[in-house]
Amino acid sequence: MVDLAHRADEPPPPPESRKPDEPPPVMAVGLLGWARAHLFSSIGNSILTLLALWFLYKTIPPLVDWLFISANWQEGTSRADCVKPGACWTMVRARFGQMMYGFYPVEERWRVNIVGLILVVGVAGILIERVPHKLWIGAFLFLIYPFIAFWLLCGGLGLVPVDTSRFGGLMLTLILAVTGIAVSLPVGVILALGRRSAMPVIRIVTVAFIEFVRGVPLITVLFMASVIFPLFLPEGVTFDKLLRALVGISLFSSAYMAEVIRGGLQAIPKGQYEGAMSLGLNYWKMNSFIILPQALRICIPGIVNSFIGLFMDTNLVLIMGLVELLGIAQASTRDPNWLGLINTALAFVSVIYFAFCFGMSRYSQALERRLAKGRRR
Amino acid sequence: MTGMVDRADRFSGATVPLWKNRTARALFYQAVVLGLLVLLTAFFVHNTGVNLAKRGIASGFGFLNGVAGFDISFKLVSYSLTSSYGRALLIGLLNTLLVAAVGVVLATVLGFVVGVARLSSNWIIAKLAAVYVDVIRNIPLLAQLIFWYFGVLSTLPGVRQSIDLLGLFFLNQRGLYAPVPELQPGFGIMPVALLVGALGAVLVSAWARRRQMMTGQPFHSFWVGLGLIVGVPMIVGLIFGFRMTWSFPELAGFNFKGGFQIAPEFIALLVGLSIHTSAFIAEIVRSGVQAVSHGQTEAGLALGLKRGIVTRKIVLPQALRVIVPPLTSQYLNLTKNSSLAVFIGFPEVVAVFAGTTLNQTGQAVECIAITMAIYLVISLLISLFMNWYNRHIALVER
Repeated sequence: MVDLAHRADEPPPPPESRKPDEPPPVMAVGLLGWARAHLFSSIGNSILTLLALWFLYKTIPPLVDWLFISANWQEGTSRADCVKPGACWTMVRARFGQMMYGFYPVEERWRVNIVGLILVVGVAGILIERVPHKLWIGAFLFLIYPFIAFWLLCGGLGLVPVDTSRFGGLMLTLILAVTGIAVSLPVGVILALGRRSAMPVIRIVTVAFIEFVRGVPLITVLFMASVIFPLFLPEGVTFDKLLRALVGISLFSSAYMAEVIRGGLQAIPKGQYEGAMSLGLNYWKMNSFIILPQALRICIPGIVNSFIGLFMDTNLVLIMGLVELLGIAQASTRDPNWLGLINTALAFVSVIYFAFCFGMSRYSQALERRLAKGRRR
Repeated sequence: MTGMVDRADRFSGATVPLWKNRTARALFYQAVVLGLLVLLTAFFVHNTGVNLAKRGIASGFGFLNGVAGFDISFKLVSYSLTSSYGRALLIGLLNTLLVAAVGVVLATVLGFVVGVARLSSNWIIAKLAAVYVDVIRNIPLLAQLIFWYFGVLSTLPGVRQSIDLLGLFFLNQRGLYAPVPELQPGFGIMPVALLVGALGAVLVSAWARRRQMMTGQPFHSFWVGLGLIVGVPMIVGLIFGFRMTWSFPELAGFNFKGGFQIAPEFIALLVGLSIHTSAFIAEIVRSGVQAVSHGQTEAGLALGLKRGIVTRKIVLPQALRVIVPPLTSQYLNLTKNSSLAVFIGFPEVVAVFAGTTLNQTGQAVECIAITMAIYLVISLLISLFMNWYNRHIALVER
């Protein structure tokens, strides 16, 4: 703010007689300034901006129109009820129950709701920072909840039995994904420890398993689960289709989980191991009290990522004839009453998948920032 | 086993119970694991043998010579109803390799473009790229494939109302019809010319590099190389004739004649896989570029280098070190994900072999084993190549 126009011999003007500061040029502040800096900083950028705007103009209005304005929202029983040219939410309304529960008997669906409710409350208890007794909640979810869920879903002991072949829709997606993650966490820990073990036989066996499973597509694992597992069992022993899918998915995600956890284990400084050993802890105590709590915390984002992947991959069980959310949505558009509405069905399930997966990835990012806070100095 | 004592135990002179001896315990654990594994395997093998015998299925790979008797809609080499199962396997394998190879190239190009766009100073471009990545990554690949195949390609007009692209390409329900070159006798000189051009380009670039190392003088070896690769075949073609005609797709009656037809299954699979993988590659590229400290760019600019040169010669080589290892995993994922083709009816190795062949022959163990072995070998080869490339570009410290 030095006024160079004044000569040195002249006394500086008194402060109140100075002209007030000019406001910054209009083009540098406000909306215009922002647009100049972020959208039109050069000729190339201006062209890109205009192209992007043209693209948005060409895609967004038709999409909004198809999804909402010209869409059919009323109730109905067949495609003929969808008179407007947009998406046919009528079909989704008619098939909503099936997309959520598959062919689970309508009067028994409250059991699925309870199972889901316990899961939501329990997981929320673990994920929300302020809730106390996380260890107990976790123990309940891992050790007791599976039995309650199994009893409620399959019936028996006073409840009407429901065959697993009637499971489907979002419910089946969640069963597969949650079981997959619940099995793969402990198995993955064991495999990861085995991979870093000093015992050659154990190391070779675990490395072989992990690399083998990671080297093949999930579909071939599911093929194996559906056609080879039954051959492995003694004559006469049958093996539920859902159980086969669960075994296949769990094996697959365990191998991926093992690598995530191995990454966490590798990040633990050697001093932690040495400290634990100098305290006289044995291998299991060292790992369960010192190493794993730190390692698992480091790889929470990785664990969430593999859960997201697993959640999306569950739809491959379609190959075994199991119809989870995507399978049921696709199947409902093959119904003669609702033929040719595949895009509506896909739009609906995509929103559900997106909500789950995007929510999880955002949560894991927030968690990463929260955990990193403690290390910031 | 009693003679086995730790050195510390020997030092103290005390005998430690065997179950507290570390070496003995390790041996014991390993023996138990190995024993259980052997028992389990024997149990499975025995049951499988009994089950197969009961169904009257002989094990072994002899069935590969049997006549397959099913048709395959998309093939790169000749195949007919009388071909063997082994031939069918080859067709499936080639289809998998084709879709993986083309998909890797497309996904890499698209991924780099989107990844760089996310870092653009242009707000709207950066936001568009971010939305692209988030949407693509959070919708299952299978849903995307179904969308491209059943939602887009199946709703295309019929043959007679084909979408005309420049009068050369035609898009309809049966796929994309494209012009295809037809080679005439005497064409052999063209690949030779191309080879000569490419060799020249390599030599020029080596010479330019050496000269820049010696004198610091840069040389536009890229344009000269491109000129050689394009120019030499052009000149040879002009002198000796190109010996090649183009076959254009033309509507004749109810179908197109001439040209090359690309099946809709292939297009849907390729588009779905490339777009899906590109979103993951974009994130890898972004994190790689962000990992290069901004000081590097500033130093380059301070030396008076142009922005393009700074990006190409300073930022990108350093970013690649971060990018290449995760990129390898994405290439592997794309290859493995091509197995989802089974849902949209593209005949790659899983559909042909773990699907049709298995159903026809009942040779479950052999079919699954071969399919898995193929993917294991492909995975191994891709990671070997990428590891070699990674070593090639890795930072050499001291």
